[in-house]
Amino acid sequence: MIKIERRDETSNIIYFLTPVLAIFLTLITGAIIFYLLGFKPLEALKFFFITPISDLYGLSELLVKATPLCLIAIGLSFCFKSNNWNIGAEGQLTFGGIVGGGVALLFYNHQGFYVLPLIILAGAIGGMVFAMIPAILKIYFNTNEILVSLMLVYVSKLLLDYLVVGPWSNPEGFNFPETRQFSDSARLPILFEGLRIHTGIFIALISVFLAWVVLFKTYLGFQIKVSGLSLKTAKYAGFKGKTMILLVFMVSGACAGLAGVGEITGPIGQLHRMISPEYGFTAIIVAFLGRLNPIGIVFASLIVALTYLGAETAQIFLQVPKYTGQVFQGMILFFLLASDFLLFFRIKFLGFKKYEY
Amino acid sequence: MNIDINFLGVLIGAIMASSVPLILAASGELITERSGVLNLGVEGMMIIGAISGFALMIITDNLFLAIIGSMLSGLLLSFIFGFLTQSLLTNHVATGLALTIFGIGLSAMIGKDFVGIPGKEFPLLFVNLKEAIPLFGPIFFGHSIVFYFAFLLPFGTNYFLKKTKIGLIVRAVGDSPVSAANQGINVLLVRYCCILYGGAMCGLGGAYLSLIYTPQWIENMTAGRGWIALALVVFATWSPLKVLVGAIIFGGITILQLHMQAMGIRIPVQFLSALPYIMTIVVLVIISRDSRKIKLNTPTSLGQIFYKEK
Repeated sequence: MIKIERRDETSNIIYFLTPVLAIFLTLITGAIIFYLLGFKPLEALKFFFITPISDLYGLSELLVKATPLCLIAIGLSFCFKSNNWNIGAEGQLTFGGIVGGGVALLFYNHQGFYVLPLIILAGAIGGMVFAMIPAILKIYFNTNEILVSLMLVYVSKLLLDYLVVGPWSNPEGFNFPETRQFSDSARLPILFEGLRIHTGIFIALISVFLAWVVLFKTYLGFQIKVSGLSLKTAKYAGFKGKTMILLVFMVSGACAGLAGVGEITGPIGQLHRMISPEYGFTAIIVAFLGRLNPIGIVFASLIVALTYLGAETAQIFLQVPKYTGQVFQGMILFFLLASDFLLFFRIKFLGFKKYEY
Repeated sequence: MNIDINFLGVLIGAIMASSVPLILAASGELITERSGVLNLGVEGMMIIGAISGFALMIITDNLFLAIIGSMLSGLLLSFIFGFLTQSLLTNHVATGLALTIFGIGLSAMIGKDFVGIPGKEFPLLFVNLKEAIPLFGPIFFGHSIVFYFAFLLPFGTNYFLKKTKIGLIVRAVGDSPVSAANQGINVLLVRYCCILYGGAMCGLGGAYLSLIYTPQWIENMTAGRGWIALALVVFATWSPLKVLVGAIIFGGITILQLHMQAMGIRIPVQFLSALPYIMTIVVLVIISRDSRKIKLNTPTSLGQIFYKEK
């Protein structure tokens, strides 16, 4: 018989090593899947994970994709740590992009140093306000934040669709579903000539630092952590639960909004239908893989960004669909969650005798 | 406006046909959620059902095998979810999300060689009656067997949950797994069965798309229907018959926006498309605001991890 017991304490080192184990298991399973589909597994993995970052351009692309993932995941870690299930970051990203993009379009023929900060601020506020909807409904009406935040993803995507097809579409754009190009003052400066890596990466890094300070060095961070571990304890300690819900959603929404505005003022430079390849959903994986820890999230965002890049490279060299990256993203999360079981529980083999409860 | 009566019949028939995958997936997910498990992987299971059904149809040339295979593949995928959430006690939300992401990716990989192959005609029932009876003919006749199954399913589900002993057990497990376990009910077994059933129905819903509705394989062809099905379960406040009503509303909006464009009605289609999502939020607010009402309607343990100290 097997008996399962909850462990009394978990080793901190193992806690941060299991993500590595999860990645390793993902690679093995990925190789098997490639083999079953008729590819040479090692070659396929090489195209997926090594070729994309073997030159300077690839490394720059990796950082371009890791930037929004990292930003969103940092915000989500506040929510998840305090047991608030915001899974609508994709919607908050889109809405931030819409508000920021709106400001950018307002200034489309202006030049000036004030344009970009205004756009970024607008984007952050847009994301924040949009994230407040599930929070406020949860606080006052006791609604399930998972479902509300998810529904709002579609609402914001449809709103974006309406705007770029209708009122905001480029008047000289031959009816393409896109807006005007933003002015140069509305673009995040690129770091190196010829590469796409842009200054948005600093926004992400600053948010990582701020998140680390707030989560580990402030009373607020302590409150967030306690509410996540036990709501009853938090209540008993007199923490203001409702304020906290609103706050973590606002942080999370602002981060997603920043990611959205970073995309449109960075690599994209206008609004169109596809401003995000589901970064908002993928960032949930990043947040978990990084163990909801700011430093962990930095590494996790690089790894998950690589699955995006790898899928693009493999699409060219192996003619696999671009969705292949999602197979790896899904598997990483599966294995990570599964290995958590060994972290929190212990399996005892009791022999094959009958035993009494 | 002069509306042709036959056109009206065809229109209603089209609306009902477009709601079939939603009814199937939502009815399956409803049982899963009634047992206290929140599986956000509906979209992933549907898309895997769609490609498995289509691939099997091309390979074996047997529609029956294709339908069964699609259900099995949805079931297999939901087994991953069940094993993780029930046996390894992982978080329902994260696992379900991983399942959707994984499913979309895997379906595209499997379906790589099936893009652009035309599908096969699926046999339709009562075709002669469709032409013979005005208005009601196109509504009720000339559909596939899956169509009729889908429209009977909510009634069956309702009967199962309300009138049968197993249905009662499922509800008990969803409302209070601890008390159910104390009554000697094997909570894990019940939940596993409900998860697998949900997976099979999602797979069937996906196969309806790739075999009958638009008989071909297109990457990501479920196009968010799985998420709508999830919304639908909430919209219906976990009641099977309301799923039917909701699915027709959701499906109706999809069809209507196509026709409204053609008729030149000037409401932006995106607003119509957003309406079901906004309505779902409104319904959620209405049922959640009253704590008694939510207890009556929602499976109390929905999404919570059940762990029995032995």
